[in-house]
Amino acid sequence: MTRLFARIKSFFHKREMDADLDRELAAHLELAMQENIRRGLSPEEARRKALVRFGGVEPAKEFHREARGLPELDSVLQDIRYTLRTLRRDAGFTTIALLILALGIGANTAVFSVVNAVLLRPLPFRNASQLVWVEDTEGQTGLSSQTFPVAVFEAMRSRNRSFQDITAYDAFFGQVGYKLTGRGEPERLAGLPVAQNFFPMLGIQPVLGRQFVKEEFQKNGRKAALLSHALWDQRFGADPRIVGQSLTLNNEAVTVVGVLPATFDFGSVFSPGTKVDIYLPVIMDNIRNNGNELSLIGRLKPGVSLEAARREFAALAPALRREHPEWYSTYTAKLSSLKDYVSGKLRRSLTVVWCAVGLILLIVCVNLANLLLARAATRSKELAIRKALGAARFRIVRQLLTESLILACGGATLGLACAFALTRYLAKSRTIALPLLQNARVDGTALGYTVLVAVGAALLFGLAPSLNVAGGRIQDSLKESARGASEGKGRGLFRASLVVSEVALACVLLAGAGLLLRSFLRLLDVDLGFQPSRAIALRIDYDQTASQAKRNAYFQEVLRRVEAVPGIERAGITDSLPLGENRSWGFRAKGKFYKPTDYDEAFISIVSPGYLESMGMRLRAGRRLTWHDTDTSEAVILMNEAAARVGWPGQDAVGKIALVDTKNGRRVVGIVGNVRETSLEEQAKPAMFIPIAQTSDIAGTELILRTELPTEAIASGVRTALRSLNPSQPVQDFRPLEQFVDRAVSPRRFTVLLVAAFAIIGLLLASLGIYGVISYSVSRQTQEIGIRMALGASAGELQLAVIGKTLRMALTGIGIGALASFAVTRLIASLLFGISPTDPETFFCMVVVLGLVSLAAGYLPARRASRVDPMTALRSE
Amino acid sequence: MPDSKLDLLQGTLDVMVLQTLRAIGPLHGYGIARRIEQISGDQVLLNQGTIYASLVRLQQRGWIAAEWGISENNRKAKFYSITRKGRKQLAADTAHWERVADVMGRVLALPGDGVKQ
Repeated sequence: MTRLFARIKSFFHKREMDADLDRELAAHLELAMQENIRRGLSPEEARRKALVRFGGVEPAKEFHREARGLPELDSVLQDIRYTLRTLRRDAGFTTIALLILALGIGANTAVFSVVNAVLLRPLPFRNASQLVWVEDTEGQTGLSSQTFPVAVFEAMRSRNRSFQDITAYDAFFGQVGYKLTGRGEPERLAGLPVAQNFFPMLGIQPVLGRQFVKEEFQKNGRKAALLSHALWDQRFGADPRIVGQSLTLNNEAVTVVGVLPATFDFGSVFSPGTKVDIYLPVIMDNIRNNGNELSLIGRLKPGVSLEAARREFAALAPALRREHPEWYSTYTAKLSSLKDYVSGKLRRSLTVVWCAVGLILLIVCVNLANLLLARAATRSKELAIRKALGAARFRIVRQLLTESLILACGGATLGLACAFALTRYLAKSRTIALPLLQNARVDGTALGYTVLVAVGAALLFGLAPSLNVAGGRIQDSLKESARGASEGKGRGLFRASLVVSEVALACVLLAGAGLLLRSFLRLLDVDLGFQPSRAIALRIDYDQTASQAKRNAYFQEVLRRVEAVPGIERAGITDSLPLGENRSWGFRAKGKFYKPTDYDEAFISIVSPGYLESMGMRLRAGRRLTWHDTDTSEAVILMNEAAARVGWPGQDAVGKIALVDTKNGRRVVGIVGNVRETSLEEQAKPAMFIPIAQTSDIAGTELILRTELPTEAIASGVRTALRSLNPSQPVQDFRPLEQFVDRAVSPRRFTVLLVAAFAIIGLLLASLGIYGVISYSVSRQTQEIGIRMALGASAGELQLAVIGKTLRMALTGIGIGALASFAVTRLIASLLFGISPTDPETFFCMVVVLGLVSLAAGYLPARRASRVDPMTALRSE
Repeated sequence: MPDSKLDLLQGTLDVMVLQTLRAIGPLHGYGIARRIEQISGDQVLLNQGTIYASLVRLQQRGWIAAEWGISENNRKAKFYSITRKGRKQLAADTAHWERVADVMGRVLALPGDGVKQ
């Protein structure tokens, strides 16, 4: 132990120790010389004798160093120094190798950081593995069918035995805006009503102030709010004195009781792509009669498995149904781990991205193996000589592996820098609606992963060439690198097979990317049922306490003034936007047979005249809504095609009566084209539209503007028009409807972009590989080509020969790759939309693209071959 | 160079150095080398230079200590002396060597002229 310590110490004090030893040895020789002189020798003879007895100063020093230091480490350092020197000498090779590696390793690190944040790391809550998402599954109509009424929440909370606690938040939070006034420009804040135990159960502590207390959850109790860290920072300048102050929200005084930590981002976990500014107590008594409204999260007791909780709830839900038929009769409870709920849907696509980036790394390795092989071939003489001089095979392999490790480390360092920047960008990006993406960072795990990847890659691309070189017979390599000889058959074959595998890998990537890309384009081509381009949504206020007649006049006036703004073609109002939040109601078609507890379900929108036109929706039959449909005229309703088919199969629904919210039902006056309500992928579901003038059950009011002009051009006009009616109207958040489509396709776009980028990189690398091998073999064959030209071969023939060789390699690769793709693309079938995993067009395009690219990669060296001047070629060297 | 031979030589030389220092007291490298040569009756053909590897090894183990001093001819030289740990080690080594020598002696003293029985 002391010895090892001393050795390490002397390893770092080489110079001093050497100087010390020099002095000691000098003293030794002096003493010996003097003794010899005393014996009567001449000074020269005395010195010679002393040196002879000493037996060589340098070996003695060497023994000394070996005995005192770390000789193994010394020789490793030697290898490293040597490698750095040779790499510096070959700057072109080094640069290319480093760049390729940085690309491969950087991409892998970045993707891993994302995968780690989204899939691998636990959710950012205390003991997150205990958290369970409790979902209703009574129908297929969006949010309303996934949530629970207050009474069910309370019953489940008090009666279950599996959970420590169950908490809830208001799933329809997005429909209620919180207008902040009295502090500069009026602003609409997004607020989330939560149950009292919400933050304590998740383990979230306010960084300032306190949690909500019981009085704040009582009807007509004290109004309180917790601020998100971002809002506190941006809107209130991170002023700690905000706690205890009062804000005016929707014309009510609300006290700020605290600020939440920056690490808590509700949107990032539960609702990607949305932000929440403030959190408020959900007043259960106010929403008791609202039907399905709450999303539930439970925390399992220690030792209780999710399976056990599922069993309990499978019995509990029917029991509650039997006891309380008055609580919306059909709910069930589906339990899944919160983590699965949040990121389960992304598992497959992220795994695909991860695999794609892994393929890139493989291609990078093959490419580098090829480069190193070419380099080793030109160095084979040097290596053979070293071997002939007695270098152990082990030393040579170690030397070559040192080289690959150093390259990999350099590449990894560069790659880490790229990955760091990329991950930061992704985490900050607000346009990618991927859950938990904000938490993506290159952390310790990612660093470890990078090291693993780098070392693995180095072994992969370094081992083959070094074994290949070190294993060869000395004589062969001395002969082979002799003047004018072409490359040996075996090694040429090895390199060709590397290129073939590279092409095959690129082929798989291209096929996958092609399929995903085509799916994506198909998806964008889907008929949404409305036209998101040139439509802008804007939240507006109205006085909820005003009478229906007054409200109607107000909405009519809003639309009249806004439509008078230059550039606005049409305006309408709705309480829910497609691909946004939605709610659904039950309805019964009059004349259709229903069991007492049965009804049909449809998405419900409360809309104004002008809504269909401003959304760009189609009327299939009947008429549109007008301002003549009021609370005093006949109650009417519009149905979409899907709802009409459900309620009145095989009949014309126009003129029929639907029982919805009013006692006598509503007359169906028009049939509207289907709209994709929840996602682009899913078929349209039943939906119905009730005039805003005939109900007061309005979830929120979105003004839809259809205009040819960009948002900036109409913003001030619209603002003036709205402010002239309501001075405290916040008018900042103009949201183009395309934004909703973007958000809906965001995860898919993310996957497609990444996989496509990787495919292009793979293609480039493969073509680089082809170019490298062909170009190398041409330069090795310069003399042979010269001779053939001198014997009368034409330039065209030679070009054909080289291109033929290229094509043989490329086609073999494409063939193998196509077969592999057939097998692999089946695995991504669930990610595809509207095409089969063996889509012939995609495969055809892939073959053509790869063929053309490899042709181009082979053409350059072919041209060079055909331009060889026989005289110079034969004279060269 | 085969390792086993070197190891044996190292070990042997180390014991010789320790014993020399114990018997004579502080000495410089040259002195130690000369003394070993003299005692062995110049039978150990020692490259004097190899003694320094042995010295640094012993020093790192803490068995000897080194200090710069003035030699008999008034030159600066590094003087080595045995430590307490070194004495203990030497005692152990001595016992070991004596046992080896004893066994070897007895084995080699076996009578007979190589005829198979």
